Amino acid sequence: MIQVQNLKKSFGSLEVLKDISVNIKPQEVVVVIGPSGSGKSTFLRCINKLESFEEGHIYIDGVDIADKKTNINKVREDVGMVFQQFNLFPHKTVIENIMLSPMKVRKWSEEKARQKGMELLSKVGLGDKADVYPDSLSGGQKQRVAIARALAMEPKVMLFDEPTSALDPEMVGEVLGVMKQLAKEGMTMIVVTHEMGFAREVGDRVLFMDGGYIVEENKPKELFGNPQHERTKAFLSKIL
Amino acid sequence: MDIRFDVIQDYLPYFLQGMGLTIGLSLIGILMGSVMGLFIALGKMTRFKVIQFPFIWYINFFRGTPLFVQILLIHFGVMPIFMSPVNPIASAIVSLSLNAAAYIAEIFRAGIQSIDRGQMEAARSLGMSHVQAMRYVILPQAVKRMIPPLGNEFIVLLKDSSLAAVIAAPELMYWGRAASGATFRVWEPYLTVALIYLVLTLSLTYVLNYVERKLATE
Ligand SMILES: Nc1ncnc2c1ncn2[C@@H]1O[C@H](COP(=O)(O)OP(=O)(O)OP(=O)(O)O)[C@@H](O)[C@H]1O
Ligand SMILES: [Mg+2]
Repeated sequence: MIQVQNLKKSFGSLEVLKDISVNIKPQEVVVVIGPSGSGKSTFLRCINKLESFEEGHIYIDGVDIADKKTNINKVREDVGMVFQQFNLFPHKTVIENIMLSPMKVRKWSEEKARQKGMELLSKVGLGDKADVYPDSLSGGQKQRVAIARALAMEPKVMLFDEPTSALDPEMVGEVLGVMKQLAKEGMTMIVVTHEMGFAREVGDRVLFMDGGYIVEENKPKELFGNPQHERTKAFLSKIL
Repeated sequence: MDIRFDVIQDYLPYFLQGMGLTIGLSLIGILMGSVMGLFIALGKMTRFKVIQFPFIWYINFFRGTPLFVQILLIHFGVMPIFMSPVNPIASAIVSLSLNAAAYIAEIFRAGIQSIDRGQMEAARSLGMSHVQAMRYVILPQAVKRMIPPLGNEFIVLLKDSSLAAVIAAPELMYWGRAASGATFRVWEPYLTVALIYLVLTLSLTYVLNYVERKLATE
């Protein structure tokens, strides 16, 4: 589904991703953990090319996004992303937020987009919020709308960048619940998170990143129960 | 000091006519300036230095030199290339629009750049092109923030259009000078003209405050 080969990325003289290679299979849920500044967000943002990268290749469904000839907009249609800060469009109602891209990018009719939007809103438990503006929602509700908005494009992969980090603790559960449901339905997901419970429960694989490398990767049970590298041990001892 | 009301009375029809042109000039200036300003702002914000360059210098020139000089250059230098005899109203429209465009471009740029980066990223992550993201996500939000400074620019333009009197475009200030010259009076014509400008700008301020309050509660 996604092949990352020798990915390297710098911001000016700061080398953030030094040599990242990883394959992600269809329907796999991959959880990315690691200390602050280790390059987790940058890695995720390279996958839909919100960040350009200097070296390496990323194939999404066989399409090389490093290739200049690749139409990145087309690729992004199939790669949903959920941000820590939600990034809902404040000038549009909840349902308009969800309908915008299917209508403008996928060229769906308004009825089709609305129907899909309402379907997704009830799926994330917000069927009654369709016509309110994002400002009136709680953080957890905003993030669930953001997930619905990404899903409306019917993506093949979903990227989550610390989707619960900006939430009050009592709202974390509702968002993780939606994500677990999504994983169960077979969505391919890459999730950057500090929620180790989530990683254990739904992760097929955990990547531990540090200093621009994937230091260690394994099944959650193995990685948490029996970390091989010193740095992994040190990190886990701090957060567990 | 005695006030000769008959001077005011005699020239009032001309003052009102001039007021009409003053309003017309500033309205056209703000509209044309907005269209060109958006274009210039987007040009200045492209990633390509070569394309940015002319837009940056357009803005530098029109904001960095007096409007007075620009009007003279355009009326006596540029416009004769396109028409003869040169219509001073046309020159005034061109000068005011070009000048306003430079200021409005900066208003657009500030408005666009004030929108959180996450908005563009979210739009792009949903597959929208840069143009679509601008049109459906960024500009609608930016325009709302631009209304106060745009209103301000409108008021400035309304007052600055008085400089068109120097090329004999018959707007309000032109008639003020004409009345003064013909009657050898100072206070009556100029105070009347000043009062009309004041009424115009204060009315505009009032309307703008209303719009701003309306937008704030939305
Ligand atoms: N746009 C940018 N310009 C310059 N440096 C950046 C930029 N974005 C990130 N960095 C730097 O790159 C490094 C990796 O950042 P990144 O956001 O990928 O880390 P992270 O693992 O997601 O951290 P966190 O857990 O804090 O979110 C950091 O040192 C950061 O300061
Ligand atoms: Mg991050």
